[in-house]
Amino acid sequence: MAEILTLREAVQRFVNDGDTVALEGFTHLIPTAAAHELIRQGRKDLTLVRMTPDLVYDLLIGAGCARKLIFSWGGNPGVGSLHRLRDAVEKGWPQPLEIEEHSHADLANAYVAGASGLPFAVLRAYAGSDLPKVNPLIRSVTCPFTGEVLAAVPSVRPDVTVIHAQKADRKGNVLIQGILGVQKEAALAAKRCIVTVEEIVDDLKAPMNACVLPTWALSAVCLVPGGAHPSYAHGYYERDNRFYQDWDPIARSREGFTAWIDAFIRGTADFSEYQAKLAAQEAK
Amino acid sequence: MMTYSTNEMMTVAAARRLGNGSVCFVGIGLPSKAANLARLTHAPDVVLIYESGPIGAKPSVLPLSIGDGELAETADTVVPTGEIFRYWLQGGRIDVGFLGAAQVDKYGNINTTVIGDYHKPKVRLPGAGGAPEIAGSAKKVLIILKQSHRTFVDKLAFITSVGFGEGGDHRKQLGLPGAGPVAIITDLCIMEPEAGTHEFIVTSLHPGVTREQVVENTGWAIRFADKVAVTEAPNATELAALRELEARTAATHGQAGGEE
Repeated sequence: MAEILTLREAVQRFVNDGDTVALEGFTHLIPTAAAHELIRQGRKDLTLVRMTPDLVYDLLIGAGCARKLIFSWGGNPGVGSLHRLRDAVEKGWPQPLEIEEHSHADLANAYVAGASGLPFAVLRAYAGSDLPKVNPLIRSVTCPFTGEVLAAVPSVRPDVTVIHAQKADRKGNVLIQGILGVQKEAALAAKRCIVTVEEIVDDLKAPMNACVLPTWALSAVCLVPGGAHPSYAHGYYERDNRFYQDWDPIARSREGFTAWIDAFIRGTADFSEYQAKLAAQEAK
Repeated sequence: MMTYSTNEMMTVAAARRLGNGSVCFVGIGLPSKAANLARLTHAPDVVLIYESGPIGAKPSVLPLSIGDGELAETADTVVPTGEIFRYWLQGGRIDVGFLGAAQVDKYGNINTTVIGDYHKPKVRLPGAGGAPEIAGSAKKVLIILKQSHRTFVDKLAFITSVGFGEGGDHRKQLGLPGAGPVAIITDLCIMEPEAGTHEFIVTSLHPGVTREQVVENTGWAIRFADKVAVTEAPNATELAALRELEARTAATHGQAGGEE
């Protein structure tokens, strides 16, 4: 059963140093607040899994929380590079980052396999690509029926998955709407799952066939309004495109980045204090 | 005589390659711009699928990211990412994969991973995303990118997504379904694979572009088809639709649309 906890308590209880952690959300519903909390609590040696590392992992990598990254596309969507990711890969700052690189189809299938309790995923992929040359985990299997050689990749089974969703009820059942990405699969593939939500309500009023994660499949539900910012929560707020653009100069230099997280993340008690500080700065 | 930019020529030329009613798996940036221009002009019934899950997206402004809310709101349906790749792409339902690239070679192979050595990269690019399987499984592929010595290279540092591999029947030997890349559309010209060798050669020059310009901006010894056409210049309808799309996008996002 999911407990309704503060994000701070949930991270304290369910995320350990050295864990494999997946923060998912395909452009939509990215769990930014949870990434901030991992930085505040100084988690180390994490293996981060995410299809699109995006700003959340630029933060965690630059803050020194990550030892390894498992991913399929790493950029600032619509803007350009992730400078902290690139600095770690190209120059080993703030520490070397091991990378394990896949394609989207591969990782999406790997989450499906993880949620299905299977050791690997099978897909038609990678023929002619150099990716298997640099990632020894991309292998092949021969179909026992047709003889076709197909790609095989290990399933993703995180110690902890964190996702953001629109709402939960008071028992901790969670409703997700809009672009779902791999959130459901990532949640069900993990040993433990934390869900941050915009709102906690008496009745989910979930339409039939809606994506509902039942409370008994989750570890914790945390109320964090705005917790996906600068990404968006369909029905609640839109993508803050300006923030993605503003991130580029902040993350470009080590000094600028460090000053920013010291002030805005390490220097704030929680996400609501961060939001207040950000709003005050924008009002200037 | 309408005046237009080389970027507009590129986008219009690419949009024209998309047939009405075809099912198109769209990459973000230039492919998304061209695919939506096609939908707003000659191909109103084109079905646009984005890897974040929207099927049949009809955005009025260009998405900045692959999963903007506009795509979901205007789509016929929105499905999870795993389903997009399993049922729709791998299931063989995509007519056209529309891709951009950081670099391309003479066989239509694409690099979006690294410049330099993989383990000690000079430039770390974003990576594969959905491109390797789009390039592999779509019935055909269109590639759009600006042409320069840096982008059209003799040898890719890394093959992220395969076109015709080492040329000839290599793609077939790899067991890949689909015809592979059928055109590379740039700001200078259109290249298409030569029968047999599958090497990309210039089949159409955009108006005012010289062969020398193409040679100067290509990192391999580019060849020209026996008969090289002149690309039809953008017409007033195409230009108006493109400019209105860009203006709506800029008004909404404060920028002209992502070009990753």
